[in-house]
Amino acid sequence: MRWIWIDKFVEFTPKTSATAVKNVSLAEEHLHDLYPNFPIVPHSLIVEGMAQTAGILVGEARKFSEKVILAKIGRATFHRLVRPGDTIAFHATIDQLSEQGASISGRVTVGQNLVAEIELMFSHIDQNLAGLRFPEHNFVFTEQFTELLKNYRDNAAITL
Amino acid sequence: METAVMAIPRDEIFKKVQDVLVNALGVDEEEVTPQATLRGDLGAESIDFLDIVFRLEKAFTADPSHPFKIPRNELFPEDVFNNAAYVANGRVTPAGMAELKKRMPHMDFAELEKDPDINKMQFTVNTIVNYLDTKLNGAAA
Repeated sequence: MRWIWIDKFVEFTPKTSATAVKNVSLAEEHLHDLYPNFPIVPHSLIVEGMAQTAGILVGEARKFSEKVILAKIGRATFHRLVRPGDTIAFHATIDQLSEQGASISGRVTVGQNLVAEIELMFSHIDQNLAGLRFPEHNFVFTEQFTELLKNYRDNAAITL
Repeated sequence: METAVMAIPRDEIFKKVQDVLVNALGVDEEEVTPQATLRGDLGAESIDFLDIVFRLEKAFTADPSHPFKIPRNELFPEDVFNNAAYVANGRVTPAGMAELKKRMPHMDFAELEKDPDINKMQFTVNTIVNYLDTKLNGAAA
């Protein structure tokens, strides 16, 4: 199963910006592992949420034809902790997008509070690392994943 | 109407390149000397080269409606390095040397001509400054 760290997109402007949210639940096991009896979301997983939000934004810009890989964390500055019950919003903005990859600026917030500022770089690995061969099928944006993404569309109403 | 482009002094170009490399590679300003090699002295890895290009484009964009762009394979012509006619068994062929010289007037090839081992080919901070000087201010003096 693919490990997905965001619950839904609340804004998506192709090739420009996206915002995804994640609801943090005390039922998540890892919250109990970092500091016993002091459940917080690890900073590494906040970066992961931003990487997934921005990675999908960057992938969509090329209609998911490229294998988009997180290549570099340029900066990650944290301002406050995230606790169970919080709703994390990951706002990603594309700074640069080229044939070879993209760089993004991200802001992580809970309500009105700034949680983190994160800058990431993504590589379209088939365009870089020339000489290295990767499998032909897109192992980043698999068919299963793109099917799942369809449910994120605004008009994907679920009726009973 | 033609827009007059102000020449950017070379020391100003160097200062911006220095800032870019400090941020892209996490090195100290003092380490970024004109002769410092990107891989050897400053620890750049392959993915850092794309990061450097992105940051240079941003740093040298004065007007966001006319972004400064560094075309692929112009500053770092990886297509030459990955072409078997130009690099064979880790060594730059005579055809490769001719192609590199044509494509990279901003590069000093003195060392590579003595020993055409591709792994010893080193981009220096000056390589980038030369490239930008030519690109922004016209032909090098």
